[in-house]
Amino acid sequence: MQVYRFEADALNALIATLRERGYKVIAPTPMDGAVVLGEITDAGQLPRGYCDEQEKGVYRLKKTDRDAFFDFNVGPRSPKRYLFPTNHVLWRSRQENGRLEIYSESDDEKPFAFLGIRPCEMKAVAVQDRVLSKGPFADRIYSNRRQKALFIPVDCTRAGKTCFCTSMGGGPEATEGYHLALTEVIDENRHFFLARPGEENSVNLLECMQAVPATAEEIKQGRDLIEKTAACMGREVNTAGVAEMLAEYRDHPHWEEIGKRCMNCTNCTMVCPTCFCFEVEDHNDLTGQNTERTRQWDSCFNLSFTYQHGGSVRHTNKARYRQWLTHKFSAWHDQFGESGCVGCGRCITWCPVGIDVTEEIQMFQEKTS
Amino acid sequence: MTKPSLAVWKFASCDGCQLSILDCEDELLAIAGAVDIANFPEASREVKPGPYTVSLVEGSITTPHDRERIQEVRAQSGVLVAIGACATAGGIQALRNFSDVKGFTDAVYASPQYISTLETSTAISDHVKVDFELHGCPIDKYQLIRVLTDLLQGRTPLLPSESVCLDCKRAGVVCVMVTKGEPCLGPVTHTGCNALCPSYNRACFGCFGPKNTPNTTALADRCTENLGLEDEQMIRLFRTFNAGAPAFRTESERYENQNH
Repeated sequence: MQVYRFEADALNALIATLRERGYKVIAPTPMDGAVVLGEITDAGQLPRGYCDEQEKGVYRLKKTDRDAFFDFNVGPRSPKRYLFPTNHVLWRSRQENGRLEIYSESDDEKPFAFLGIRPCEMKAVAVQDRVLSKGPFADRIYSNRRQKALFIPVDCTRAGKTCFCTSMGGGPEATEGYHLALTEVIDENRHFFLARPGEENSVNLLECMQAVPATAEEIKQGRDLIEKTAACMGREVNTAGVAEMLAEYRDHPHWEEIGKRCMNCTNCTMVCPTCFCFEVEDHNDLTGQNTERTRQWDSCFNLSFTYQHGGSVRHTNKARYRQWLTHKFSAWHDQFGESGCVGCGRCITWCPVGIDVTEEIQMFQEKTS
Repeated sequence: MTKPSLAVWKFASCDGCQLSILDCEDELLAIAGAVDIANFPEASREVKPGPYTVSLVEGSITTPHDRERIQEVRAQSGVLVAIGACATAGGIQALRNFSDVKGFTDAVYASPQYISTLETSTAISDHVKVDFELHGCPIDKYQLIRVLTDLLQGRTPLLPSESVCLDCKRAGVVCVMVTKGEPCLGPVTHTGCNALCPSYNRACFGCFGPKNTPNTTALADRCTENLGLEDEQMIRLFRTFNAGAPAFRTESERYENQNH
């Protein structure tokens, strides 16, 4: 398909057009020392001139001397937050004159346009699709929001120190599920975006930005940046045999060692763009007449997650960490035919004590070889 | 049918948790509609005799007199709910548990012989059977309403005892420990405050006390090895409003005794 080019300052026109078409534009924006996803109304809210430094348990937002809009890697929030809301009322009921009325809650959220999310996040959406909307029991809220959403990812032209997407079958270039994929190119003389329409009908989005067909040289500039990024991933996982290894060594003493460091605080599962666990609770008011059933994000690191009559199944840190890691890298294959990890590195950066999945997997590989 | 009765009791405390009940404002009429507020001296001079369906107990046990009084409260109460850090862990005044109380009374009072106090400040559950504990300094009023609602419906109250991080991330708050290197007790602290302090860009200081299965040692190791905290700072980190809670006490003693 034809690749287009538009000038960097045309981003505002794109945002305005998306808003005119009824979308809520969700894009990266700086907040409280990090680049997070949030609703924006203007290109001025993008993290222009910012980059981040990430390491295990460490994230620092920094100013750069460049004017690039997308010079950073993923922050703590992902599209999951919008497509699979953290807290949602499923239904309400009211008891009146001995009758019980049940009201289903409609989801009247506007459609989302995700601008500037990353290729690993696109891949994570595809992973969640298989879990939440392509199985025999499609999730109504997720499927509805997902179907209405528009995706305009920006390729990565910089790899973070906790990134390892190339190990997980992905890469810094968006390859699936997008409506329009962008590559930001900036040098001493020029600042422009390359645009690849994902579908015929998304070509019309280019009009508002006065996009023109890109030259071969411009396309090469973008390609070089992506290739350079793919070659400098901060982390690496050798996935060969990992699924089988984790399934086989369930009683390996190294789990105990990780359990001593893990705080079962849930951060890794909350920031993970593919984790989908939730809990359902019923509440009523003091009169006992009005009840609502809500659903909120839950985590396999919580004691209550496996609570059954008599106690919790996974009561040790070791058991809970093992559940999470083996599900991501092993059992997910059995359940959904692929890995549950896209290599975004969030669980490494946002673990308050800096537990690194890539290191732990390597440790198992060394100890069991 | 007579309404269930509610009593509110005060032991060694600042009254802040009782104020949280009055702070319910919008919900106060609903509470008064659902229960007969029979004994709540901070709110009303009218005190009806027990027994009471539900007792909310604020404060810790710090005197011989209170040690006896809590037995009387227990005897008059159907369900006894301990509310706040004082009632659930001994409160800030449990700092006395690590010190010489007689030294304090001699230094502070002109006539210390009139002071009748215990060597320790302890939780209500150290003295009587407690049916439910509501954490926080002060408690969260919405949690209180949930507990009352559940009790009135005849259900066991169900409140999360997981980490503050869970609610911090649900709320979309950016982690202050990871972005600023601040020592945050969130990963080992009982949730219930809707991540109040991190929402204002400040580290959690653990006012809800330890969560279930807290790994305080892993957090403390991170603070000393990577965030540059000294032993004295570690002791102070774990010794605030829940200094007497077993997990926090053990961790602070590990540093005090140089046993780490």
